[in-house]
Amino acid sequence: MAFLSPQLPSTEEYGVLGEFDSPRSLYRACSQVRDAGYSRWDAHTPFPIHGLERAMGLRDSRLAWLVLALGLGGAASAMVLQWWISVHAYPLVISGKPFYSWQAFEPETFEIGILGGALGAVFGMMAFNKLPMWYHPLFASKRFQRVTDDGFFISIEAWDPKFDVEGCQKFLREIGATHVEVVLR
Amino acid sequence: MPDLNQAGLTITPGTWLYRLPWIGLGIGLAGMAGSAVLAQGHLQEFLHAWLVAFLFFLSIALGGLFFVLVLFATKAGWGVSIRRLAENAMATLPIFALLFLPIAWGAGQLFSWWEGPGEDALLALKEPYLNAGFFLARAAAYFIVWSAIALWFASRSARQDDSGQHSITRRLQAASGPCLILYAFTVTFASIDWIMALDPHWYSTMFGVYFFSGCLVGIFAFLVLVMGILQEAGYVGQVIHKGHYHNLGMLLYAFMVFWAYIAFSQYFLIWYANIPEETIWYLHRMHGTWSNLSLILAVGHFGVPFFFLMSRVIKEKPRLLMAGAAWMLLMHLADIYWLVMPNVYAHGPHFGILDVAALAAVGGVFMGAFGWALRRRALIPVKDPRLPESLQLDHA
Repeated sequence: MAFLSPQLPSTEEYGVLGEFDSPRSLYRACSQVRDAGYSRWDAHTPFPIHGLERAMGLRDSRLAWLVLALGLGGAASAMVLQWWISVHAYPLVISGKPFYSWQAFEPETFEIGILGGALGAVFGMMAFNKLPMWYHPLFASKRFQRVTDDGFFISIEAWDPKFDVEGCQKFLREIGATHVEVVLR
Repeated sequence: MPDLNQAGLTITPGTWLYRLPWIGLGIGLAGMAGSAVLAQGHLQEFLHAWLVAFLFFLSIALGGLFFVLVLFATKAGWGVSIRRLAENAMATLPIFALLFLPIAWGAGQLFSWWEGPGEDALLALKEPYLNAGFFLARAAAYFIVWSAIALWFASRSARQDDSGQHSITRRLQAASGPCLILYAFTVTFASIDWIMALDPHWYSTMFGVYFFSGCLVGIFAFLVLVMGILQEAGYVGQVIHKGHYHNLGMLLYAFMVFWAYIAFSQYFLIWYANIPEETIWYLHRMHGTWSNLSLILAVGHFGVPFFFLMSRVIKEKPRLLMAGAAWMLLMHLADIYWLVMPNVYAHGPHFGILDVAALAAVGGVFMGAFGWALRRRALIPVKDPRLPESLQLDHA
């Protein structure tokens, strides 16, 4: 079940975890981590913080393209299926209208397009987030449990090219972390 | 309250935007003179062209009225810094009572039921509603309701610019709900009276919503263009951001799709039921070269903008969004033309200098009234309690 467990760095540490006391200080800290040039790190909050993705310097999600492709693909396949059934597989005259009555096929085309887009959004989101994942090294931190309540965290992971245990702890304290700890793998 | 540089928030005297009332009035008078000359011998065509121009600009003003009411009803913070521009669009509504006069005067040329039902059994049944007296009384009621709501909201909002009283915001929020109900009824019946009644046998229960969806496409496209033009002229640079373009672009996109949804639903149900007195309206629009315009609307009012305006990248670039908005306004005009004109040109669109003159006449007056409203007050509600929220609007 490789996909249920996290991919981990090969070092002894998973990374360094810093705790922040408010969304505001986390937001500021994120932009400083971004500007310092780290690439393998993440922010953890109990609720979405508006604009945090930009403070973190994340690029646009690829999810939109998946949703667009599956939406259009769903719509096209629904139209083709109805055309094939009504014109080739089982042609029936319904209220004197032509076999290929695209108007009548439009509601299903629309709905299947929506279905395709929605499935793409939900399962694409899970795939891009590597979900479901039963365990994560950060769960070993007692303090990190507050991330679902009132804790705001930044984790810098060990496979970041700029990672070094002492330097990252010092850096997180400098940018306002109230508590810093090393998380083992 | 953030420290705002007042220079970019009022129209500078001496600039072309400051002279907009006179420019608009000049275009309007020229259009009226042209119309008066060209209408000789083509009275019926002229009145239809005037109706198209009237409905096109009215729909923008009505869209503005709805947008302002909804911003108050939903207590929206993000839209405060663009609300004044929509207020200026809706403040032109009283002028439309004057622009309606040619229609009231020439209604006999527009509506076959004007002189009475004659031998027509269906029209005889509809006579309690479709008769000249009631038609004019209804029109008067619409203009009174629209003007009263628009002027009341605009004047209170202007008063807040001086006093900064929070009670004004609360008062307008409380009033916006009942006003929206009045708005829904008046816009629905106005679209029945002024468009659907051109073909008095035909009816569609969806028609009010169809016209309403066009109103919103009109105002959001108009606001994007006005915002863009003001910013390029050096105004409101610090108070209208990428986020406002993105939001207006999303609303434009949403109501463009809503229009397509309503337009297709109306067509679909009539196509399916296949009842002659309903299908005849679409038959007129599939006859001759009207079918080309029907196709252009499906592709140009929905298909092309559906993909062009989809991406956030486009919506956050003012120039590109302005191009999309200009295109949507053109398509909205084509839509109104498509609704009205088959009534007079049976075989296909016949867009000519008469239509241009009518558009210049109504559009010039609209532009003048809008320009006058624009320079009378600050370009944003400077003391609205929610203004800081709007100034911080920024999408990641």
